[in-house]
Amino acid sequence: MPAFSCAFPGCRRDLLVIVLVVFVGIGLPIEASAPAYQSHGTEGSYLTNVTNTKKAFPVLAVNYKHVRQPFEIALWILLALLMKLGFHLIPRLSGVVPESCLLIVVGLLVGGLIKVIGEEPPVLDSQLFFLCLLPPIILDAGYFLPIRPFTENVGTILVFAVIGTLWNTFFMGGLLYALCQIESVGLGGVDLLACLLFGSIVSAVDPVAVLAVFEEIHINELVHILVFGESLLNDAVTVVLYNLFEEFAKVGTVTVLDVFLGVVCFFVVSLGGVLVGAIYGFLAAFTSRFTSHTRVIEPLFVFLYSYMAYLSSEMFHLSGIMALIVCGVVMRPYVEANISHKSYTTIKYFLKMWSSVSETLIFIFLGVSTVAGPHAWNWTFVITTVILCLVSRVLGVIGLTFIINKFRIVKLTKKDQFIVAYGGLRGAIAFSLGYLLSNRHQMRNLFLTAIITVIFFTVFVQGMTIRPLVELLAVKKKKESKPSINEEIHTEFLNHLLTGVEGVCGHYGHYHWKEKLNRFNKTYVKRWLIAGENFKEPELIAFYRKMELKQAIMMVESGQLPSALPSTISMQNIQPRAIPRVSKKREEEIRRILRSNLQNNKQKMRSRSYSRHTLFDADEEDNVSEVRLRKTKMEMERRVSVMERRMSHYLTVPANRESPRPGVRRVRFESDNQVFSADSVPTVHFEQPSPPSTPDAVSLEEEVPKRPSLEADIEGPRGNASDNHQGELDYQRLARCLSDPGPNKDKEEDDPFMSC
Amino acid sequence: MGSRASTLLREEEIEEIKKETGFSHSQITRLYSRFTSLDKGENGTLGREDFQRIPELAINPLGDRIINAFFPEGEDQVNFRGFMRTLAHFRPIEDNEKNKDHTASEPLNSRSNKLLFAFRLYDLDRDDKISRDELLQVLRMMVGVNISDEQLGSIADRTIQEADQNGDNSISFNEFIKVLEKVDVEQKMSIRFLH
Repeated sequence: MPAFSCAFPGCRRDLLVIVLVVFVGIGLPIEASAPAYQSHGTEGSYLTNVTNTKKAFPVLAVNYKHVRQPFEIALWILLALLMKLGFHLIPRLSGVVPESCLLIVVGLLVGGLIKVIGEEPPVLDSQLFFLCLLPPIILDAGYFLPIRPFTENVGTILVFAVIGTLWNTFFMGGLLYALCQIESVGLGGVDLLACLLFGSIVSAVDPVAVLAVFEEIHINELVHILVFGESLLNDAVTVVLYNLFEEFAKVGTVTVLDVFLGVVCFFVVSLGGVLVGAIYGFLAAFTSRFTSHTRVIEPLFVFLYSYMAYLSSEMFHLSGIMALIVCGVVMRPYVEANISHKSYTTIKYFLKMWSSVSETLIFIFLGVSTVAGPHAWNWTFVITTVILCLVSRVLGVIGLTFIINKFRIVKLTKKDQFIVAYGGLRGAIAFSLGYLLSNRHQMRNLFLTAIITVIFFTVFVQGMTIRPLVELLAVKKKKESKPSINEEIHTEFLNHLLTGVEGVCGHYGHYHWKEKLNRFNKTYVKRWLIAGENFKEPELIAFYRKMELKQAIMMVESGQLPSALPSTISMQNIQPRAIPRVSKKREEEIRRILRSNLQNNKQKMRSRSYSRHTLFDADEEDNVSEVRLRKTKMEMERRVSVMERRMSHYLTVPANRESPRPGVRRVRFESDNQVFSADSVPTVHFEQPSPPSTPDAVSLEEEVPKRPSLEADIEGPRGNASDNHQGELDYQRLARCLSDPGPNKDKEEDDPFMSC
Repeated sequence: MGSRASTLLREEEIEEIKKETGFSHSQITRLYSRFTSLDKGENGTLGREDFQRIPELAINPLGDRIINAFFPEGEDQVNFRGFMRTLAHFRPIEDNEKNKDHTASEPLNSRSNKLLFAFRLYDLDRDDKISRDELLQVLRMMVGVNISDEQLGSIADRTIQEADQNGDNSISFNEFIKVLEKVDVEQKMSIRFLH
């Protein structure tokens, strides 16, 4: 078939996309017309059973009803994900249009298809949305919330979230009511409370939309956390206002007492949500303390406790989103100190996976619901709503920033303000809240239409243009930084310094309280929530350990070192990783390979060692710098020197025809080792007859800054005797470093490590 | 407060401090009252024991170094001018200051002066380099007694390796600045003195 041997490169991708689309096209009618098929099926089999009683047992029968619901759910999710897959195969498109827009368009198409078939397209059920689709996204956001920027800017975020949302609500509600008073619009029946209710629904910045768009533009941390934090924290305000106006709209009148109760309700909702989240967070942390024997279910505790926090607070009409965020934030430091590395990875990837699926489904359903939902279009109302949204947002941001900047150390620039204002996207939460409006409201359909229009406008227009605008305005982007031990140390240093100076000034500021919290945490809380002796571990050490671990894993994954040996400090604190165990068979192998390689001449070895370095560059791993390699090599040499003690009586290297100067040979062997590890020969490489290699390890360390070629053999014979002593010291120091009780000639070093 | 006429702050002095450090009038008076409350000996200067009486400094791992930073080379007493001069490093950088052209020398609270202050706290022997030992000392103070020397040594080695660019196995001031370029020093090293 000629189809698969296309001439030009993009052909296969396009074909795949077409296949996907066809699949979708076929899949949906099947699902939509399922009920008809199902009844047909059973009827058929019934008839068959009645007429031919002697028929053999039906080998193949169809019973769709049995699996209908899970089947449909799975099919929807599968189609959504295939769509997502499809987008990323089209190279240019995913760069220009944010994914959320594309998904909404797909939803529109799917909804249109279903309608064309004549079926009723499913609407985004609010129950489904709030209980199933929203929590994973919020949990993902809350668990991985960058704490430092968040706490540094929490004042600003709260001001934007609370006061900004209030301003938006009243501004929009008020002006829309004024609009409705105008005779020509023809909306005389809308009273103030209904408008305010509408205002409260539309004014809240949506975390899902913000996440979806901001993730792709990589804006600087400050602006990101401001918009994102605002979208998370305004949930409390939205919940209160929505419920408040719903109640009032029922009654029809508002008294001062009601307003006062509303304010009290706000505090109850937000603080209650925080409290519920904190309780569940501590419970989760406490539980994780005991999971050392059942590592497999650790991630489940994290997920379930968080979900329970969300459901519990929704039960009391408290802010579920805030509960979820606080739960994630509270439990994270303790849980991460307790759980295994694999569980941590599992949690991370499951959260990302679920939130990704949820997001995709939400946007698709949004599109489908647009096609499905009852609409009542009124040009003036809708257009005014959209304009007012923008205007009130801009005014709100500018006004609030003016006030906030008086209290901030690092002021918000005009560019920051612009992005904050422009990034105030509305999304599915607004739609679901609108959908929840009972049919009592005569304007429900109109409101829904307006909400959908606003959502479309913000997601499409603002979402698509924000990236070029960010480029145009040269807004500071996120600086991609690797975790740096320097930054960590110096930041902690500065924290102590500032706390001290605050003490000198008698000023109880930010640092003072942070320090107090830290001390409280260290003395009381950690003791209860962290398993074993780990609670005493200072943060700096934990950070360093994690960094080393990450680096080791990265080096193994990129294939540079078959089994990267972490530094000695990591060995002391974390689970053992696979130290190579050298069996007799391997030793034979090593011996054989060494022997054969000794035949090589200098040139070949030199070129090989150089090619290994170029291999790094080809990897484009800028994380793996030459320096780190050097350091790890040094570590390896040191470990190797320990193991070689034992190995020396297993291996003997035949004398070769080259110069018998011990120095030269030694050095060459060291290079051999390096060559081998590139060829992924078993890790225990090296070898050495009686004189300890540590002096050479040392000398090799020094020569490594120059190219590790064989000019080194000049240095080889240097001070064997004098270095012996140093070698002994080195060796002893190394022995102390390792957590096993010193190498034993009889016992393999690996045993203590392999025990877990 | 009691009558300590000799130690009351004169207007000219306030003006001079204002010019030198950039603090406002109210900030200076407020800090002066703090100075006098610390000055138990009532002789217009602070000694080391006055600082050591501050509870927050007593529990601070870097307490001694911070105290030393207030005292100029070799002296044991610091007067109000010196006190303010040190505290001036922690004044927030204001926007209008960034644009003002400096006829005089750089203001005390500029970013590089803040960093220099922090650097000097590491670099006790004033050789303009943070050596491995100096780094180890600071790490030991921050981390406590439970961690072994080897572990700290590893961390110190790693730190120097990351920062060192000219291969002298220590961190010079420029390398220090470079390593902290991603950290928002203006915010991290500023105290919001109440207006």
